[in-house]
Amino acid sequence: MTTASRPFVPRAVGTPRPRPEGPQKVRGTARYAVETADTDALYLFPVQAAVTRGRVTAIDTSAAEALDGVVAVLTHENAPRLAREADADHGVLQSATIHQHGQYLAAVLATSSETAREAAALVSVTCVEEPHAAVLDEDSPDLYAPGSLVVGATDDTRGDPEAALAAAEVTLRRTYRTPMEHHQPLEPHSTVARWDGERLVLHDATQAVSWTRQAMAAAFGIEESAVDVVSAHVGGGFGSKGGTHPNTVLTALAARAVPGRSVRYALTRQQMFDLVGHRPATVQHVALGSDREGRLTAITHDVVTQGSRISEFVEPAAAFSRGMYAAAARRTTHRTVPLDIGTPTFMRAPGEAPGSFAGESAMDELAIELGTDPVELRLRNEPDVDPETGRPFSSRNLVACLRRGAERFGWADRDPAPRARLVDGWWHGTGVAAASFPVVRFPGSEATIRAAGSGVYEVEIAAADIGQGARAALTAIAADALEVPVERIDLRIGDTAYGAAGPAGGSAGTTSWGATIVEAAERFRDKYGDDPDDGDEADAATPDNPWASDYAMHAYGAHFVEVAVHADTGEIRVPRMLGVFAAGRIVNPLTARSQFLGGMTWGLSAALHEESVLDDRFGHVVNRDLAGYHVATNADVGTVDVEWLDEDDPYVNPMGTKGIGEIGIVGVAAAVANAAHHATGVRVRSLPITLDAFLE
Amino acid sequence: MKVDVSLTVDGRHHRLAVDTRTTVLDALREHLDVTSPKKGCDHGQCGACTVLLDGRRTLSCLSLACAHDGAEITTADGLAPDGELHPVAQAFLDHDAYQCGYCTPGQICSAVGMLAEAAAGAPSIVSGDLTAPVDLDRAEIAERLSGNLCRCGAYAHIVDAVSEVAP
Repeated sequence: MTTASRPFVPRAVGTPRPRPEGPQKVRGTARYAVETADTDALYLFPVQAAVTRGRVTAIDTSAAEALDGVVAVLTHENAPRLAREADADHGVLQSATIHQHGQYLAAVLATSSETAREAAALVSVTCVEEPHAAVLDEDSPDLYAPGSLVVGATDDTRGDPEAALAAAEVTLRRTYRTPMEHHQPLEPHSTVARWDGERLVLHDATQAVSWTRQAMAAAFGIEESAVDVVSAHVGGGFGSKGGTHPNTVLTALAARAVPGRSVRYALTRQQMFDLVGHRPATVQHVALGSDREGRLTAITHDVVTQGSRISEFVEPAAAFSRGMYAAAARRTTHRTVPLDIGTPTFMRAPGEAPGSFAGESAMDELAIELGTDPVELRLRNEPDVDPETGRPFSSRNLVACLRRGAERFGWADRDPAPRARLVDGWWHGTGVAAASFPVVRFPGSEATIRAAGSGVYEVEIAAADIGQGARAALTAIAADALEVPVERIDLRIGDTAYGAAGPAGGSAGTTSWGATIVEAAERFRDKYGDDPDDGDEADAATPDNPWASDYAMHAYGAHFVEVAVHADTGEIRVPRMLGVFAAGRIVNPLTARSQFLGGMTWGLSAALHEESVLDDRFGHVVNRDLAGYHVATNADVGTVDVEWLDEDDPYVNPMGTKGIGEIGIVGVAAAVANAAHHATGVRVRSLPITLDAFLE
Repeated sequence: MKVDVSLTVDGRHHRLAVDTRTTVLDALREHLDVTSPKKGCDHGQCGACTVLLDGRRTLSCLSLACAHDGAEITTADGLAPDGELHPVAQAFLDHDAYQCGYCTPGQICSAVGMLAEAAAGAPSIVSGDLTAPVDLDRAEIAERLSGNLCRCGAYAHIVDAVSEVAP
């Protein structure tokens, strides 16, 4: 579709292909941001606020400055000024005001990492403290309705949901809670910054070199063209490396003090809990009204979430309930409590991940209330058109996912009785949940295609490979768009030298960059045909999707899990998981499977482990390392089966892709909670699901 | 305070003066520009810094360089000659047992060290018989590699890859 007149015929697309950067990654020779620093680079170590709200009244850097090897100590008193346009989150070292625990108050530059850290500990900060609030309280007087969400309206009401709930033959009202979580990519956020005159050169761990460029240009009041951002390899992001955080600004600000010299800063794991975003805690009130046969008549999903006082991000958790099931009456709302904490941000499946825990747990509870099989209940509420927009679906194969999953998992033999299968001291149960994630296309990418001789095409786009496999995927798309073998594609990504580009985020990278590359290939072939001269070149920006207003576009999935809960200790294990997905055309089956099972592993981790515990007295995360903040380990994961259904969706984009980075996590926590109930008869409505829930 | 140490890294001999606070990991990354071992947590909690130190898998972030004068260190980059891949590394590629790649060199060093431990008969907490030869089934491999976190969630593929190489 778009403006392409040639059909996109998948040849390389759909064929399993190893990552071209694989040999470097397994040897460890692929260089991540901080690993590009030259030997002369200075090490930065920050001084952070130990109070949550207040003001610096004195800051003594003399002991730090006296240390051999210290080159500079920056504070709000001597740091270069940032532009007024700087984002509120980026106003680093610009005033004495403290708005969160862990805020940067000073930065030491030294010739070794050990010296920088020692000197930072010698900086003496005196503060006055002011009252603060750091923990979500849904009854807070500060609760407010945000102006809008990232996608969609803050509130959305159809019909009269309260009247429909009151009139329903069966009504279920439940409250679910999800905790604050942190992304914790294994590569900490890190930056190498250098000023060459008025030109800022950055190597940054980012999901979007263009976004980093924009943020830095705004922060320093310079043209975007005066900022170079390189990000060749990124050690995971999951959303935290999407937006630019204060660490990148701090590094560039400090580099201002040593013109021509590089400054390197990689966050410590502990700092990763302070300054680079988190998934906010939610309180979710869900009500379902239904007739006795299980046909929904009303759905309400009201979300309260936490935000920061200086910048707004709202977890769009109720958005999940806008499109999943048919019901004539529906209400979804979002409210936020601003707190004196770091600003939350996108984290893998923002909205859908916590929202599906509530929505899909509630469906399971309703199924039990009705005595209906939970797969069947979902089948009965399949909508004909998108409930949110009234548009037809470009393709929707949730029913096929549920049916295929049930068949493969052996669901038909399931005895619905809870607490009925005790085997060798373990209660066993199975659970199901559905998943969806919207098809997103970010505008604003640019792609350039150039004939480089010997039949090779250079394809440039400032995409990011954060582990999803962009190099392999975009190479295949470019090859098919130009109708040449993949060996003739020289793909170049991860550098603002290649123009603007949208982020690796929103499960939209392959879709957005791919559509742009296909458009550029189309223009190239229109202009030069298939036998171009060396140096022939064409470029394109991301085309609009002409079907965007005509169809609702989502990927779907179904999760089936088995849970075992130890009868004496309450230990909960997940020996078996199955995810069946309908997510458009799969570009690279080898890496796609990794993305799906990675998402499912995230879902397992959220279900059983992840919770950032805020101490209201001090405003910091208490369990601030990977020993205290548990993420799933190898031994936590049992058998993980992944399957996808072939879809040929002509409306999403020329490649037919829907995005697969996030749907794997959506619904998993609900499936685990539903299975845990089936195993034990105990319903857990608050994540993570820990053993204390099962102890009598 | 600085001390002189000599380290052999991936077959290359180095003499260097290091701060007594310098870890083996920082000596490699910041002094020798050997960035194959990664810094994920600097506290022995993630395993990304795993190297083979005198043949055993070791968390280089918890090892002080001054305490390892004369050590022989092998990183994931030194497991096979240039242009070749160690069988474990090749299995990681074949099974797509990684995504972002940041934990991967540590995973591979850990797996190589683990295979040697199992071959020497070392049991794990999931071993049924503590004295029998180790049968590296999926549970054994997962348990023995649980000191290496993978936030991308590639564990199932990592077990596939290591299973292929395991005896």
